[in-house]
Order: sequence, then C-alpha cells, then structure tokens
Amino acid sequence: MGRSFRAALCDPKVIFGCGFILVLIVLAIFAPWIAPQDPLEQNLMLGTLPPAGFVDAEPGYWFGTDDLGRDVLSRLIYGSRIALTVAFIAAGLAALVGTTLGLLAGWYRGWVETVITRLVDIWMAFPPVLLSTLLVAVFGSGLHSVIAAIAIIDWTRFCRVVRSETMAQASMDYVTAARTIGFSRFRILVSEILPNVAPVLVALVSLEMGIAVIVEAILSFVGLSVSSDTPTWGGMIAQGRQIIYQGWWVMVAPLVMLLLTVLAFNQLGDGLRRALDPMMRR
Amino acid sequence: MIALSILNRLWLAAITLFGVGVVVFVLLRVVPGDPIAMMISPGSTPEQIARMRAHYGLDGGIGSQFWVWLKALLTGDFGTSISLRRNVLELLGERLPATLELATAALVFAALLGGSVAIAGTMVRRTLLEPLIDAVNGTVLAVPDFVWALALVLVLGVFFPVFPLSGRIDPSLQADFATSFYLIESLVRLRPAQFADVAAHMAMPVLALGLPLAAIIARVLKETLLEAMVQDYILLAKLKGMSTLRLVLQEALRNAVGPTIALTGVQFTFLIGGTVIIERIFAYPGIGNMAIDAVINRDLPLIQGLVLVFGSLFIIINVLVDMLVAALNPRLRHG
Repeated sequence: MGRSFRAALCDPKVIFGCGFILVLIVLAIFAPWIAPQDPLEQNLMLGTLPPAGFVDAEPGYWFGTDDLGRDVLSRLIYGSRIALTVAFIAAGLAALVGTTLGLLAGWYRGWVETVITRLVDIWMAFPPVLLSTLLVAVFGSGLHSVIAAIAIIDWTRFCRVVRSETMAQASMDYVTAARTIGFSRFRILVSEILPNVAPVLVALVSLEMGIAVIVEAILSFVGLSVSSDTPTWGGMIAQGRQIIYQGWWVMVAPLVMLLLTVLAFNQLGDGLRRALDPMMRR
Repeated sequence: MIALSILNRLWLAAITLFGVGVVVFVLLRVVPGDPIAMMISPGSTPEQIARMRAHYGLDGGIGSQFWVWLKALLTGDFGTSISLRRNVLELLGERLPATLELATAALVFAALLGGSVAIAGTMVRRTLLEPLIDAVNGTVLAVPDFVWALALVLVLGVFFPVFPLSGRIDPSLQADFATSFYLIESLVRLRPAQFADVAAHMAMPVLALGLPLAAIIARVLKETLLEAMVQDYILLAKLKGMSTLRLVLQEALRNAVGPTIALTGVQFTFLIGGTVIIERIFAYPGIGNMAIDAVINRDLPLIQGLVLVFGSLFIIINVLVDMLVAALNPRLRHG
C-alpha cells in the first residue's frame, strides 16, 4: 500500500492533476486576498476591456472585463469556489452512498445483494440526462439541487465497483485469518476490507469530481444552478456566449479553466488507478 | 425462434416504458409548488381556478389522477404546455425531427470517422504512427462534448466564421417545407441551396456530438481489429496473398464489427442525451433545447412529454441494436 502510493506520486499524470487541483484549492480558499478586483463590482466605463497585451487593455485587469465591466480574472478565481464545492460534496455524497451499499452487497450477499444489484440495474436503465432533467424540475434550480442530482444519479458507479472489489477481497486469505481469530463480520468489513478497497475508491472519486465539475458548469450555463449574481464558470461562459463578437475572452477564460480542471481530475484519477489497482499493476 | 425473441424483447421494452412513465408521474406529482398557481392571472375566482385544475386533470386523488393520465396518454393526449399554451404532442412533432436529423447525422459522422481511424490505426500497427493516432484519439476522448461545442463556437464561428453560429436554417430560406425533416426534405425535393444551408447549420453541433463518439468507436474497433488480425484465418488469407487493406476490410472487420455496434448503441443513447446541451449552445430548435426551457419554466406537461419521448427513443435504440447485433452474429442467430 505505502509503496504503491509512493509510486503513484511519481506518475506524471498524478503530479499534474494534484498540482493543478492544489492551486485551485488555494485560489478558492484565499480568493478575497488573491483576486485583484471585486468580482461583483460593475463599472460601465470599463466594459469589455481586452486582456493584458491587447490594444486598449487597462492595467490591473489581466484577463479583461465583461460587458458590465467586471474583472474576468477575479470572477474566474471566485468561480473556482462553486466548482470545487460541487466537486467535493457531490462526489463525496455519491461515493458515500455507493460505497456503503457496495460494501453491504459484496459482503453480506444473499437477499441484501439481490435487492441492491436490482436497484442498481433499474437506476442505470434510466438515462442520466432524463433523470437530471426530472430531478432539477422536481427540486427546483440551485446549488443544492445540482449536488443532490449528481449524487442521486452517480452513486451507482461506486456501488458496482465497490461490490465486485469487496467480493474479490472477501475470498482472500487475510479475511479467513481475521475470521479465525474471532473478528465479527462487521469489524472485518470496516477495518480489514474497506482499507483494501480504498485505493480503487480514491481513483473513482477523482474521476467523479471531474464529472461533477462539468455537470455544474452545464447547469449554471443554462441557468439552473446558483443564482446569477454568484460568479460561476458556467455562468461566465453563458454570458460570454451572449457577447461573443464583442469580447471573446469572457468565454475563453472560463472555458480553458473548466477544461484544465476536468483534465486534472481525470488525469489524477487515471494515474491513481493505474498505480494503485493491483489488477493493472500486474 | 427469432420472432419469439423479438416479441420477448418488445414486451420487455413496453414494460420499461411503462416503468419510466410511472416514475415520471410520481416524480412530477411530488413537485413542491402548485403548477396552477403559476398560470392563473391575478384576481381569478376560485371557480376559475377549479375549472383550470379539472382541465389539467389535477383534481381528484393520486389514484384517479393516474388513471386519467394513463388513459389520456394512450389516446395520444399529452396535455397542454403551460408555458407555450399549445398541445404537447404537436410541439413534440414539430421539434423531434430536428433532433432526430441532428443525432443521426452525428452518428453517421462518428461511425465514418471512427471507423476510418480504426482501420488506419490497424494498417499502421507497430509503426511510429500508431502511438500518434492513439494520443490524438485519447485527447479527443478526454474533452467533453460541452467543451467541444464551445471551442467550435469560438474557432469556426467567431475567429474563422466558416459556419453559422445558431439556428437550424436561414429565415429567408425557411419557406414552404412540408415536413420538419428539413435536411431530408430538401435533399429529396432537390433544393441544393436549402440543403447546403441546413447542413452548414448542423455542421458544428454534429462535430461537437460526433467527435467524442468517433474517438470511442475508433478505440474499441481498433482493439477488436488488432485481436482479429492475429487469428489463424487472417494468417491463412495472408498466405493466399491478400493485401493488408483487403485483409482488414474483408476479413477482420466482419468479425470485429459486432462488439463495436453493441457499444455504439449504448453510446448513441448518451449522444442523444448530449443533444440537450448542444442544442442549447447552438440555439438549435430541437427537443433538447425545448427540454431546458421546459425545466426553467417548470412546464410539467411538456417535461412529461419530453421525458417519455426521450425514454422511448432510448428503448427503441436499445432494441434495434440488440436485433442488429443478433443479425450480424451467426452464433446468436440460431440461439
């Protein structure tokens, strides 16, 4: 375990992914100190300024301004707060639900397994777009709905993988050993099997975070996420799409940021899976 | 035997569709907020409200509501859209062809591009070109269709304005279409100007939807082709003096195409899901774009109709793919 984690840290994918996400976390936490301007302050005298280096650029507005004169860089920095909040909470909730059910299904078998796998099958027969449309229609728009929708739709990804992983672990010698020395079934599950399922889980969570960031961006793009006065990348992209001929940079900046963030989570998840998954290591 | 398994498949499809319908019905009944409250004009009398409630089938218990709802659906009555104040079935009939043309074009594009890349990759296997093709393919795959669409808007819509940015057809050319299948109709009635304009409007959405799918097809087909290329029958054909291209196209492809079609079917349903956001970005007047407006306006009858249409599409595609795979696989044909 320890060795494979160290091996993972040397993987270039993991280094890029981890590095970028750490920078993003710092930006999100210290946004008020890092952002050069107030992300909400409008100044119509400074509307649609181009980024630094272009003709008519204004010092202090590195990535230019939008049509209301708000600083694009500052909005980008503040936007990482929503993106990361959704990434961590939504992926965390999906992982929590999926892992719990997956562990139970893989360990206790019998009717527990039958019920849970049936549930997963039914759930996955429902296309994600339909389900998310319905869920947002039911919950109404807003950050809570976005997070709930992602968790409700994507827990099955975790459940399926964790269940098969738990079944594989259950047939290992160390489980038999733990049983011989009198550990209760529940204790074996939590203190023996869970730590061995964890590496696969970590990789899955990272991939899920990438999905969550995209879903949030799409929903704020169409105006179904947080209210429009909170800066979000999706909201900035929607605004930039409106004024694309006057200021292309308003859309380019959040789009690049979104792409890099999704790639970072994907690369991190991919690298971790490769380094930590015993099946792929062999 | 075959007829029986098809019947069985259709029966299962009908049950699934019924299940989708029940889920939609239940979910939309637990929606907080009264849809009638959003529709009444200020100062309506209680009688007017009650009449409206009865008109939309919202009076009565949940059981009787379900029967009213089911009977209406089976007779083709999908209700009236709250926000657009028009018959839902009519609205769907106007918009669905646009989405069907878009999704089909994206599928054809993805199959042609992905297939060519896979064949090219198999031809150049074990050379320096192979990792290059794989790398490009991996990059295309890593970028979500949402980002592809917006990148296309910037590059081919704004920086190098090659294609129109939004809509389905130039308003000046829109006159006298008999159906809503603009692309097919303009082709059949031999109107090159209209056809070119509709195709140009579809180009960017098709690219955004088709590129990620093409990358998936290329990867899976290439893997199965490479597996097929080391089989004995290929070696035999090679000994007979067949060229590599003929080997790949005539022998390997026939045996590798089954798994690819099964996977493409699943991915095609995701592509149809993707039309929702892609149509939004390009202001393309299909059912996906309408779905977002319906959710924003909380137009429950329209949402219900849209979900049932999307659900039916997914089910039909799954059945068709199953049949196609069975037809192409001799081992399943007599099963």
